[in-house]
Formats: sequence, structure tokens, C-alpha cells
Amino acid sequence: MCGVDYLGSYRLLGLLLILGAAFFTVAFTANRLLSRRAPSAGKNATYECGIDPVGGDWAQAQVRYYVYAYLYVLFAVESVFLFPWAVTYALDGFGMVTVVEMAIFVAVLALGLLYAWRKRVLSWT
Amino acid sequence: MTFKLPAIDYLALAPMLVLFGAACAGVLVDALVPREWRYHVQVPLSLVALLASGGFVVALANRKEHVVTAGSAVVIDGPGLFLQGSIVVLGIVALFLVAERRLEPGGAFVAQAAVVAGSEADRKQMRKPGVTEVYPMMLFALAGMMLFCSANDLLTMFVALEVFSLPLYLLCALARRRRLLSQEAAVKYFLLGAFASAFFLYGVAMIYGYAGKVDFRGINEAVLGSSNSKTLLLIGLAMLAIGLLFKVAAVPFHVWTPDVYQGAPTPITAFMAACTKVAAFGGLLRVLYVAFERSSWDFRPTLGVIAAATMIVGAVLAVTQTDIKRLLAYSSVANAGYLLTGTLSMNRDGLKYTMFYLVAYGFTVLAAFAIVMLVRDSDGEATHLARWAGLGRRSPVFASLFTFLMLAFAGIPLTSGFTAKFGVFAAAVGGNMTWLVIIGVLSSMILAFPYLRVVVLMWLSVPGDDTPTVSVPGAFTAAALFVGVAMTLVLGVAPNQALELVNDAGAFLR
Repeated sequence: MCGVDYLGSYRLLGLLLILGAAFFTVAFTANRLLSRRAPSAGKNATYECGIDPVGGDWAQAQVRYYVYAYLYVLFAVESVFLFPWAVTYALDGFGMVTVVEMAIFVAVLALGLLYAWRKRVLSWT
Repeated sequence: MTFKLPAIDYLALAPMLVLFGAACAGVLVDALVPREWRYHVQVPLSLVALLASGGFVVALANRKEHVVTAGSAVVIDGPGLFLQGSIVVLGIVALFLVAERRLEPGGAFVAQAAVVAGSEADRKQMRKPGVTEVYPMMLFALAGMMLFCSANDLLTMFVALEVFSLPLYLLCALARRRRLLSQEAAVKYFLLGAFASAFFLYGVAMIYGYAGKVDFRGINEAVLGSSNSKTLLLIGLAMLAIGLLFKVAAVPFHVWTPDVYQGAPTPITAFMAACTKVAAFGGLLRVLYVAFERSSWDFRPTLGVIAAATMIVGAVLAVTQTDIKRLLAYSSVANAGYLLTGTLSMNRDGLKYTMFYLVAYGFTVLAAFAIVMLVRDSDGEATHLARWAGLGRRSPVFASLFTFLMLAFAGIPLTSGFTAKFGVFAAAVGGNMTWLVIIGVLSSMILAFPYLRVVVLMWLSVPGDDTPTVSVPGAFTAAALFVGVAMTLVLGVAPNQALELVNDAGAFLR
């Protein structure tokens, strides 16, 4: 029965999950049982550092930010590949080929940036 | 720990590299070339890239030297090359439909997809030419499909799956007419597709837990000799199958098909029905025949039930449809069932005739959607079946062609549909899946009814005032229609050469 053994290494994680759920349930139930309740409209208002809230809490975000989020993800992922590349390209048997390959990879990403720039998503309007 | 640079056989990868390169060039064209020139640059660029890619496939097929390359991530073997070749050829025909701009000013695609549908700005852009990004996106999708058919491990397969899925999600949303329906289709397809991808990835993780490897050869060895729990293997295989069966639109993972087929621009629907089907079944064939062949006792009964359900549900629901695009969508579901029947025979013939079926069905469905594009009134395509009544008297030529295609779908002799169906059923009998063949034949009889109903509607009804006219096709659509109908006839009357081709393709390389 290798299956039991294999899943056995997850025993601790399972225990932790059960404990966590139990702690959460106990803490909130105790709070509910022990606390006194005095609801008022002020307590339900949006918290704004003690100042009276202005407007609703249902605000709209600018849609144009998503392009920047995209571009950020693009280059964050690029760096994930660049770091391991940086430690291997100087090893024996790698050399020029590896440099060219990485150059192609970066060029493909740069192509995306060029496209975004030409489509005027980088200018703030 | 030492790393070694994997050797890469660039010639073997050339068909895909050409398409990826051309797709990047297409993005550049869209960024730098003036708007009015883009269409005239993109179409020849895509066409030349596809022809070059096809040329490389032919050259590789003549080389007859099967290789595993790029650190055993990609395998170029006979069936893989055949599937790549069919994706290229069907892709060229689909490109003809996408490039058509005569039927509607500006083509079937919207100019600016982000404009709110139905707004003032949307009405203004009605006359503008459509986006030209569709061409690079199509090339990316085609290259991804080719990689999907020749991936040699599950991770490469997953990357390829995403590479061909993401452009398709976007392409679905770009219809010029009925924008809301098109956007709804794209969101549905994207959400369900992402869900299916997650299943696929989870399956990969389970298989890795079982085999300790993700490449097909390693999995095949592990199925024979691994001492790990078989539960992991079965769970992993089931999840992989869910991911793949979603793409081939098998019941019960077919629910997206009618909505997406109806909402997407018709050229893209045709593209999905032909090329995506080839890619998805190519991947499924490779996974089942190369990696999991030895556990076929485990998956054949379950997948057999799915194949039976796919054929029956697809056929029965096709009967109730009143929209031609939805009818063809359910017919595509039922055809996925016949293809699964061929796949599950798990023998040489099964592989051979499933590949033949894919090509035969691809050409027929491309031609059928080409005609759907032609039947239109001032409001765009008239897809409701009631509007097709009496079309035979208005334009007998196109009605005859459509009748021929419907007969091919129904599997009447002297059409490619008959040869293909006969092939997969014969293979399944040889593979001891006779019960599936019986269900297949019965469901074919049900499925013939909706096809023949369209034929009767076209010829025997009297044309009403609102029967639309059939537009004169532009050169592109005419070419696609001609190729589709001609291949449907040729593969039905003289299928020997094509059968020789699939026979020469041989078996998968392990």
C-alpha cells in the first residue's frame, strides 16, 4: 500500500488545517456568545480615519490601469527566466547560442511593448 | 549538478518556427504599417507563411527520418507530420474565409472590439474595415495546434494548449454583427476553457506524482513498472481526459459548443470546427496511444460510455435546433463521438481512420460554413432555419452544393463522410468495440434527420418574402467553397491516395 505512505507525508498539513479551522470556529463562537451587542448606524459606516465618509464605498477603478498590470506581469515573468539564465550562460558548452536564445526571448517581449507603444497605450490621457 | 544544452533540430521544428516568426512579423505589421495598407500586407504574409510551413512539412515527410528533439520536448513522427500538414491545409482554407471582405464592407470582424456594443461610437465604426490582428492571432493559434500534435511531454502539451486557446478566445469576440452574442460566446469559452486547462494541469501533477516523469515514454514505462498507487494514475488520467475532452467537445463537456459556434464570427467558427478538432484529437490520440496504451483496459470502458453519450446527445439535440450554426455545432459534437469511437479502437486502423476522418470532416465543415456566410440579408447572415425555406428555387447552385455537403455529413456513399465513417466503425469492430459501433450506426440514423430536414426545407418549401438572397461570393470564399466541396467529393469517390498517405504515416514514435 504505497498510497497510504505517499499521502502520509501530508499528515502534518492535514492536522494543521483541522487545527486552524477549529481555532477559527472556537474564537468566533466565543466572541458571539460572550460579547454584548448594541448596533447603531454609525458602526456600519465606512471607516475613513475618523472623518465622516464622503460618497459610497462602491467606487469605480480606472480601466486603463489593467494595461500597466499586464506590462508589469510581462516583465516580472521575464525576470523569472533571466535569473536562472544569468547563472548558466557562462558555463561550459553554453556560450553564444544561449545568449542568442535569450536575446530572441527578450525580443519577443519587446515586440509586445513596441506594439503597446504604437497603439498609444503608454501615453497617459 | 551539471546542465547540458539540449540539441535542437531546427529543420524538424521549421514548420512551427515559420508560423511563430510570421505571427510576430504580423504583430509588427499591425504596429508600424499605415491602417489602410495592413490588410493588403497581412493576408499575403499569412498565406506565404502557411505555404512555407506546409512546404517544410512535406520536406520532412519525404525525409522519412523521425526525430525526438529539443530535449525530448517535441517529437516529429509520421502521424504528427500528417496532423501538422492537415492543420496547415485546413488553416489555409480557413484563412480564405477570414480574409473575405466582399460579402460585407470591411469583413466579418469589428474595427474596435472595445467599443461598447450598440453605442453611438459602435454605429459609427460599422463601415470601418475590421481589425487586422486576426491574422497574427490565427497564425499563433495554428502554430500552437501544430505543437500540440507533436508535443512529447505533458508540459509542452499544456503550453501548446494555451498558445492555441488564447487567440481563439479573442477571435470569438470580434464579430462585426451581433456583438453582444459574440462577446458572450468569448467569455463563456474563456471561462470554461480556463477551467478545463486547470483540470488538465492538475492531471499532469497527478501523473507526475505517479510516474515521476511527464514525458510520454517515461509515463509508458511507469504504467508497466511503477510501484506507486494506481489511484494516482487513474485520477491523473481522468483529469487529463477532462481537459482534452473539453477541447474536442465531447458530452458532458460540450455545453459551450453551441453558444460559442453561434456567437463567434462564422469564419472563426469554421476555423474552430476544422482545425481545433484536428489539434485536439491529435493530442488525445498521442496521449492515449503513446503514454497510456498499457492502461487501455482502465480507460476504454469509461471513454466508451462518453463516446456513446456524445454520439447520442449530439444527434438528438441536433434534431431540435432551429438555427443553422447551432445545428452544425451539435453535428460537430456528434462527430466528436464518431472520432472518439475510432480513437478508442486502440489499433493501427483506429489511428489511421481517425486521422482520415479529421481531414474529411474538416473540409466538409469549412465548405458548409462558407455557404452559411453567403446566405444573408441586410441584417447580416440569416442563420435561422425558417429563413432557409425555399432557398433551392432562389439559388439552385448553392442549394445543391449545400445539399451535397449535408449528404456528406449524413454519411451517404460517394461522399467523404461515408468513407470516413465506414473506416472508424470498421476499426472499432477490429478493436472489440462493437457495442460502440452499434450505437454509432443508430445515432447516425438519428443525425441524418436534421440534415435531410434542411435539404427538404431548401427544395420543397415555397420561398417567402423574407427568404434572403445568396450573395455572390468573393474570390476567397469561392476558393474555400470549391476546395471544401472538391475534397469532400474526391475523398468519397477516390480516397485511395489519402488512405495511402495516412497508411504511410505509420505509428507514433515512442
